[in-house]
Amino acid sequence: MASTPQPHATTGLDVSKIEHPPDHLHEHVEPIPWKTGHAGPVPSLDALSLSLGPRPTPTPTPSPKPTPSPSKPKKLDPKLPGSGIPARKIVRALKWVRRFSQVFFFGLFCWFLFQTAFRGSFAASADQAVRMPYPVEAYLLADPFVGAMTALSTHTVYRGLIWSVGLLALTLLFGRVFCGWICPFGTLHHFFGWLLPSRRGRGAARVEANKTHVYQRAKYYLLYAFLLAAIGGSAIGGMFDPICIAVRSIGLGVVPAAQYLTGRSLTAVETHVPSRVVQGAADHTQDFLASAVWQSHQSYFHQTWLILFLLVGLLFLNRFIPRFWCRVLCPLGAFLGVFSRFALFGMEKDHSKCTDCNLCLVNCQGADSPQGGVKWRQDECHMCLNCETACPEDVIKFRFLPNRKSAIVKPDTDRRTGLAAAGAGALFLPFARVADSLDVNYHSRVIRPPGAVEERAFLERCIRCAECMKVCPNNALHPAFFEAGIEGMWTPIFIMRIGYCEHSCVLCGQVCPTGAIQKITEKEKLGIGQPPIKVGTAFYDHGRCLPWAMQTPCIVCEEFCPTSPKAIWVEEVEAPVREQKPGPNGEPPAMKTVKLQRPHVDPALCIGCGACEKVCPVQDQPAVYVTSVGESRSKTNVILLENTKYT
Amino acid sequence: MPLARTAGYELGVNDRSKPPPPGSISPDFARPTRRELLRRAGATAAVLGASAAAGVLLRDKGAFGIETAEGKRQVRDYRDPALLKDTRFAELAIAKGTPQPESPPPSPEWLVRKAMDAMGGMGRFVSRGDVVVVKPNIGWDRMPVHAANTNPDVVAAVVNLAYDAGAKRVIVADGSCNDPQRCFQRSGIWNKAYAAHAEVVLPAEHRYRTMRLKGDVLDEWPVFTTLVDADKVINVPVAKHHNLAKFTAAMKNWYGVLGGRRNRLHQNIDTSIADLATFMRPSLTIIDATRVLLRNGPQGGNIDDTREMHTVIASVDQVAADAYACTLIGQHRDNLGYLDMAHQRGIGTKYWENLRVREV
Repeated sequence: MASTPQPHATTGLDVSKIEHPPDHLHEHVEPIPWKTGHAGPVPSLDALSLSLGPRPTPTPTPSPKPTPSPSKPKKLDPKLPGSGIPARKIVRALKWVRRFSQVFFFGLFCWFLFQTAFRGSFAASADQAVRMPYPVEAYLLADPFVGAMTALSTHTVYRGLIWSVGLLALTLLFGRVFCGWICPFGTLHHFFGWLLPSRRGRGAARVEANKTHVYQRAKYYLLYAFLLAAIGGSAIGGMFDPICIAVRSIGLGVVPAAQYLTGRSLTAVETHVPSRVVQGAADHTQDFLASAVWQSHQSYFHQTWLILFLLVGLLFLNRFIPRFWCRVLCPLGAFLGVFSRFALFGMEKDHSKCTDCNLCLVNCQGADSPQGGVKWRQDECHMCLNCETACPEDVIKFRFLPNRKSAIVKPDTDRRTGLAAAGAGALFLPFARVADSLDVNYHSRVIRPPGAVEERAFLERCIRCAECMKVCPNNALHPAFFEAGIEGMWTPIFIMRIGYCEHSCVLCGQVCPTGAIQKITEKEKLGIGQPPIKVGTAFYDHGRCLPWAMQTPCIVCEEFCPTSPKAIWVEEVEAPVREQKPGPNGEPPAMKTVKLQRPHVDPALCIGCGACEKVCPVQDQPAVYVTSVGESRSKTNVILLENTKYT
Repeated sequence: MPLARTAGYELGVNDRSKPPPPGSISPDFARPTRRELLRRAGATAAVLGASAAAGVLLRDKGAFGIETAEGKRQVRDYRDPALLKDTRFAELAIAKGTPQPESPPPSPEWLVRKAMDAMGGMGRFVSRGDVVVVKPNIGWDRMPVHAANTNPDVVAAVVNLAYDAGAKRVIVADGSCNDPQRCFQRSGIWNKAYAAHAEVVLPAEHRYRTMRLKGDVLDEWPVFTTLVDADKVINVPVAKHHNLAKFTAAMKNWYGVLGGRRNRLHQNIDTSIADLATFMRPSLTIIDATRVLLRNGPQGGNIDDTREMHTVIASVDQVAADAYACTLIGQHRDNLGYLDMAHQRGIGTKYWENLRVREV
């Protein structure tokens, strides 16, 4: 080995030419394979980072301890590399606790997501109010980034969002444990970071990827920009909140896609396999999935392809940089990172014992410099405890109130860039609002859910978590694309052709974590003893309506109109219509008279629920449609004079 | 072998300064061997042959409706013709309760039991071990007091009678107009039917299968299979006003069998009701008129539009049952187009007086 000089893996220098200070303890260390330039496959290490079972024997030969003792010290655990000093029992146990915690909280998240749907119950009596039986939006309520953003934009903390203080308290005690132990989106990235790496993403390349990089600052700049935008009055940061992304992309993308695939496959099985047993099994599977995971009808979501595409892209980045999202982009992680400087729990390192084996780096989740020779980065650390369990040399110790000799606790950000990012965030609001503003040129079909607050206040609160769209029983709420302007992307709008607003339903407000949709009661929505909540007004297209344009009876719209008295009323008319066949001697077809009921809307009674639009038989472009005008939340988007002063 | 002809052109020693010997060929232009030529030509022929075969095999000769033009008309007839011969029992039974000032109003269970006693008991219609489907009207997200859905106590009473008669399974199902979960829960039918040990089946996409009804306006439609795959079917509609059809009870209740976009049916509502009643012939019809929606049907929503009538009508003839029940809201059988059509098609008679009627 000594005859051919090998470049040092980290410094790029010829190892034989490195000058060491006299107290340097590494000089007799055998070159470790991935540091000698033979960076190809390092099988045992790979297996180490992947296997949960007993560890294989190490490739690097155990280095003689730099102790005066001439004989080779006995290894404490022959299965471990290096000196084979096993980590403390409590830490090894905690690592397993962390794994269970990740599985548990991911499972709980999915279960809450699947429960974000009203499925009804045999146990409920007829007059029982329809509510969510579980706190399905709990993860969002515990999200301090959402809490801080809406507190900055509205100067209030909405109802259950007070729980986010609890998560902040956890961070102040233990650092970013949320990221490593709880966050369902983080767990997803942890999993894909383990599953995906290419051959080039393992071994030396993985060690390199897991070192702290400058690009990790990006999340702090994003955080500052979002917080400044929130001060301006826009909760746009919700687009990047990991819990919002998880709910939105899994709830509006993954689950409906899985439902589609399952439905198609099982229906094909039921049609083509002439076996009662198989058909019964397929039937029961569909029943179970419809009652436990999705609903009895296929859900569709407007332009959800982009939401799914971004999810797939983020997960794919784990192939190159493990937990790319958590390290580089996550504003919630950055928020917790800022506060983790006050954490009472942390790491101490004994640099003198480090042999540069890099096992800590191979297993590091946060890219927080756990290795010897550099300072640990508390704000980046996910507290996964992988480094201490992996370390064979007794270098790393997690403990309460550690000394901070080798730790950096503050985010390593550049002040100017931070200011620039914050400035950009502050400028976002005017830029977005002069592009296409609220009262000036909104799409007439930006119809907000019932109980939604006025548009400006709505944008202060809506974090685009998609809970309302997930819970909507009729699949009526959809993520806006550009209908509500660039600032309104993925905020909820009605598409009544797909589904209408169920008259007695108030579930969207029940699950909204920020009060963008207020928790209204049925009484308020239906208008019992008060004016009802209107989301818009229906209009007829007389050129397409069957009784109006084609002298054909219909009035399904009137049948479905849920208000009492009905907002749709019919006028009985006799109208001339041409016979279909010409007369016997070639004369033009005779005329006859038919009795018809022609529908009209009473704009004072119409609540804009869109049931008429949904059931209109003119399939492609309905003859009756709802636009947002007349919505009760707005004082300007009105038609009728008396609309402004309900008494 | 072409080796000899490439002499002077050895690979790698191609000296361009010297002209190649005449008649020799550059090894870069050497011909492949005969074996390789045959193999490659064979592969080309095989791919061509396979794609031609696949094309011929999968060829679609075009034109619409080749698939849909076949298939038999489907009818679901659950009636037992032997029952009609037995003259001891009524063919149309009307149970009417008159509320006394100091006693509680007659319960729906009691009315159902009275009507069924007059019909000779549920045992005549349900045999031991039968799978019985009870089809109430659970169309709307309304509570029992609004009388837009069948009264849950009537449904429960029918379920209990069916079990008493020895039914193996009793299934309660309907295809709702509003969100089904909400309709089933808020109509109170889910709760009461479950308590009576019925299986409650909510509509779900995978439970629909396209069937050929071959009616005048209803040709192919997705059908709620739970409702049509049974030994016996009992129709338990509610009598109420309908703004387009004028009155709805037994025959119109079969709308709940259909999936798809049934909003188109309203363009010819009378014929589609008649088509559906031709397709579905229930074992028994029990019309709930305990509380009747008189105006703003079929959805209602205002308690003032309803009136308590304490009436349950049971019949083996769904047309006669409708013809009688429509008088409750002041309608006349001659005004209802679908009754005429059903009468002419021989589904039943609209002259209910001609049946054995028993009022109890």
